[in-house]
Amino acid sequence: MAATAAVRPKKVRHGGGQVSAPGSAIGNTLAYAVGVIIVVITVVPLLYVFLGGFRTTAQINEHPSGLPSPWVWTNYSDILSSASFWHFLLNSALIAITATALTVGLGAMAAFALSRYTFRGREVLYALFTIGLLFPLTVAALPLYLQLRRLGMLENMWGVAIPEAAFSLSITIVILRPFMRAVPAELEDAAVVDGTSRLGFFWRVLLPLSAPALTTVGILSFVTSWNFYILPLLVFNEQIHFTLPLGVATFQSQYSADTAKVFAFTGLSMVPTLFFFVIAQRRIIGGLTGAVKG
Amino acid sequence: MSTQSRTASRPGKPGPGAVPSDDVVGRPGRTKVRSGLRQRAELSLLLGPALVAFVGFVLAPIAVAIYYSVYKWNGFGPLTDFIGFDNYRRALSDPVFQHSIIHNLIIAGLSLVIQLPLSIGIALLLNRRIRGRTFLRLVVFAPYVLSSAVTAVMWSLMLQPDGFADQVLKSVGLGSLVQVWLGDLHVVLYTVFAVATWQYIGFGIVLLLAGLQGIPGELREAAALDGASPWQATRMVTLPLLGPTIRIWIFLSMIGSLQLFDLVWIMTGGGPANASSTMATYLIDKGFRSYEFGYGSAVAVILFLICFVFALLYQRFALRRDTQGALTRMVR
Repeated sequence: MAATAAVRPKKVRHGGGQVSAPGSAIGNTLAYAVGVIIVVITVVPLLYVFLGGFRTTAQINEHPSGLPSPWVWTNYSDILSSASFWHFLLNSALIAITATALTVGLGAMAAFALSRYTFRGREVLYALFTIGLLFPLTVAALPLYLQLRRLGMLENMWGVAIPEAAFSLSITIVILRPFMRAVPAELEDAAVVDGTSRLGFFWRVLLPLSAPALTTVGILSFVTSWNFYILPLLVFNEQIHFTLPLGVATFQSQYSADTAKVFAFTGLSMVPTLFFFVIAQRRIIGGLTGAVKG
Repeated sequence: MSTQSRTASRPGKPGPGAVPSDDVVGRPGRTKVRSGLRQRAELSLLLGPALVAFVGFVLAPIAVAIYYSVYKWNGFGPLTDFIGFDNYRRALSDPVFQHSIIHNLIIAGLSLVIQLPLSIGIALLLNRRIRGRTFLRLVVFAPYVLSSAVTAVMWSLMLQPDGFADQVLKSVGLGSLVQVWLGDLHVVLYTVFAVATWQYIGFGIVLLLAGLQGIPGELREAAALDGASPWQATRMVTLPLLGPTIRIWIFLSMIGSLQLFDLVWIMTGGGPANASSTMATYLIDKGFRSYEFGYGSAVAVILFLICFVFALLYQRFALRRDTQGALTRMVR
């Protein structure tokens, strides 16, 4: 469960599987060997793409697995000085930030109502929201496209951000509701006695207390939106609106003859993701796995 | 252990303090009516936006798809050509769609048979007190945060005939394994599965690692004192206790297999000759390339039903032991 995992992350650090049994020297050797294999299989493809961007297409065609010789900087500098890469990056960032803000904002408000108010139909509403867990956006992509077209939301970043947020609401509410429920009623009573309205309690007490759970759902929503492909693919036709994943896939098909440029473009598009992953790895891993952990 | 158990430990108190606190303040009559109105206003404010977004963009499209699915419709103009269940009949008898379903099932089956044991094995190894464990966790998880579109482009670059992958295989003496990875009818689906494994396995490993860390070391120590070998302790103690995490992994993996789209669409477009098509690529192909929106809607409804039935069955038979009832708990 995300909530508690995030609040008390260090509780069971020295967990199972560490009995010093006779076989453990062999086991450790095996563990190191597997570790090295994992690092190689994961890192080599990434390195290959980055290095490929420093070669020319002729070099790549001649020796697909060679190193850059000589090193060529023009692929990267061309892309960085072209407008389209920055457009894609900006579009991705705008959409991901909007979708995350909507998910967290609307989700927190709904979870507050569903956890700390008593009213008729509450459980029915909650069950309604959980329907979204049963099918992923990909399944609904075509009907969603028709809906967006009818609403005139094609070629529009809101047409991507709002549906993404809507589909994230289910998991957000499922994570936030028990978390908000667990905040002791005495705190709310005290706030009311102090003259705060319930909305004031929500804003000033409950939201700050829910920060760990909000971080989890925020990260989940941001990463999902940042990497999303199918919905931007359907909604955007004009390249100026493209997000980074869509841009990379399109770039590959447009410049298929200029392999080196495709390498450079693909490599550059991974930089923001990998950068944020490395600096916020604990939160990102905790957020993504915490959201589904039982 | 969790908020769930905390909530469960005070069952008689479903929610908030405000309703009782109104009584405590004890102003009867008019105030109560007004606070009822006020509660309603607050609830509309809090729930309204989420409900509008959810109904408008999650529920309504599916409902509308059911409506479109009984028409022959190219996406433009009014729906006039009512054809009943013809679209459904056509989809279910189309061999390409049937094969797409089978491809999804093959991917799902391979995940269970290959990815799951591999993930458990790696998680058990990485759970040992070895140096660099944090670093390994970082590395193994990294592909998961990449966009699957980027992963697809990256691997299609490397899997070109006589490209990087082939040269690496040759240089380590495995040249006989070389295939036309994305062009051979009999290989392409397995290539897609391998790339999907590269991207997604880290998530499962980290999930299982988290599950392993929740298992007290004392249990294994006790088993060791009783004479269990490390392997026996793993089999009889660790794995059963890992059950809930494994079941969640299976659920996520199945849902992921059913919706596989990005990797296939970019690497092969479902080809060659539909050899790697999935339900989702079939759906997009029919809807957008052939402008058959009525038919595409029927396919979407079928997909939706498959996901829905799978989720309910899984909830009923596999997750029941971990949770009580509510639909929702399954994804946690």
